[in-house]
Amino acid sequence: MKTSVANPVLSAEGISFAFGAHRVLEDVELEVSPGEFTALVGPNGAGKSTLLRIVLGLLAPQAGRVELFGASPRRLPDRWRLGYVPQRPRLAPDLPATVEEVVAAGRLAKQGWWRRARPADRAAVGHALESVALEGLRTQRVVELSGGQQQRVLIAKALASEPELLILDEPIAGVDAQAQRLFRDSLVHLLRDHGAAVLLVSHELGAVADDLDRVVVLRRRVLFDGKPGDLAATGVSLGVHRDDLPRWLEELTENGGT
Amino acid sequence: MPGMPWPLPWPFDTTYMQLALIAGLAVGASAPLIGTFLVQKRLSLLGDGIGHVAVAGVGAGLLFGTSPVWTALVVAVVAALALEWLRSRGRTSGDLALALFFYGGIAAGVVLAGRSATNANLQPYLFGSILTVTENDVYTVVALGALIILAIGLTRRGLLAVVLDEEAAHVAGIPVGVLNALLAALTAVTVAAAMRVTGVLLVAALMVLPVATSRVVARSFRTTTLGAGAVGMVAVVLGLAAARQWALAAGGAIVLVAVVLFTVASIAAPFRRGRARDDAGALLSGPG
Repeated sequence: MKTSVANPVLSAEGISFAFGAHRVLEDVELEVSPGEFTALVGPNGAGKSTLLRIVLGLLAPQAGRVELFGASPRRLPDRWRLGYVPQRPRLAPDLPATVEEVVAAGRLAKQGWWRRARPADRAAVGHALESVALEGLRTQRVVELSGGQQQRVLIAKALASEPELLILDEPIAGVDAQAQRLFRDSLVHLLRDHGAAVLLVSHELGAVADDLDRVVVLRRRVLFDGKPGDLAATGVSLGVHRDDLPRWLEELTENGGT
Repeated sequence: MPGMPWPLPWPFDTTYMQLALIAGLAVGASAPLIGTFLVQKRLSLLGDGIGHVAVAGVGAGLLFGTSPVWTALVVAVVAALALEWLRSRGRTSGDLALALFFYGGIAAGVVLAGRSATNANLQPYLFGSILTVTENDVYTVVALGALIILAIGLTRRGLLAVVLDEEAAHVAGIPVGVLNALLAALTAVTVAAAMRVTGVLLVAALMVLPVATSRVVARSFRTTTLGAGAVGMVAVVLGLAAARQWALAAGGAIVLVAVVLFTVASIAAPFRRGRARDDAGALLSGPG
């Protein structure tokens, strides 16, 4: 089950939220430790997106408390410590921006949005592009790339500020197997070489299932929080039965199984 | 201005054409810079809406006997900030809010100008009168144009991040609301600056058409922005030349040249794009 840590990069306690009479989140707890690779999984409508918006400071919880690096998400002083990769289809189809321009925009949290790029900023952008294997396409218009490549551009954009916590929202939905492998390599590079924590929010885990340190299964409440091995020991494979997981776990919880 | 007329070739060999050229270039360079961000934010018609609201300011200026450029500037900035406030809070749909300001502004302008004792004419402000600009007008337009270029130069990185993804920019700590309000206010400043050049009813054309032209050929956001400024200036030079040669209304001629430039670029684009696609194909077929 969940292990408490001294200085988590992300800590959410007793989070509840409802849209009118419809309860979306109920007493949710979530912690992410430095350098930890955590997946928050659950079917569509499980409350993942709402929890994500609360964690990012875009939505205020109706009950409970969130801290990023010990501060409220809305008052976090060093915003660069948090990297955020939104779902894919956010780039306007007629956007006349290059891959490098999009990634450089991700550096602004550290560089200062009004400042010129210094050599260190340009190096960080170059490194972010290398880590997603896109350095050869830096002058390409971003909208001319494939869906998987665009996803990697957005990851590089989030990496450009050299974050200590990277949060990704449904990053592998609809991305082909090869792109998933490249995506996985980028995340493993971030975890191993930079010691950053990663929180992956998804309804499927695909290529990254074997690299996870922790899995949190959400369906309005947290149904499982622990090591993937412990989850696997219950007879459920993340790779195969991912969509059925929460219902299965709920039944298990009701029977006192977990 | 000192030493005018300067020794420039036809059609800019007279003082009035040189004053028109300076005012025109200031607007031709600055209006498309604002337009690059407006077009990408799907707010192409914002300049048009604010242009109509500015008519109320012109009417007030004529009624109270003050410079219509300054009263239009104040009214346009207030209206732009109000529109941005409504848009950001989702209080009303964007086009409905624009329509409200659009008709209210122009109606107020007509009523106020009609009350003016001097029987002043709105037409030079509606459609521009660049060939009659005075030295003082030129100083005002150049100062407003410089303000726009400086403001965009300082905030362009943050504005691009907002254009790319407002939510991600918010998470990154970029002041999204402030930058959106600044862009709206700069749109209003552009309207005031362009009032004597194209007139408030045609100002949006100089914000949007050069951007549309530049986007056809440019490869990056930076070159799109700079290219749009260049296209805007070319439209001003050719439009003024055409106006002098054939005695045309200069504001309209400048906008028509901008339309022609866009049409030519769009027709030529498939050829260029085919070449670009070949280049991209060679790159994409490599590793990565």
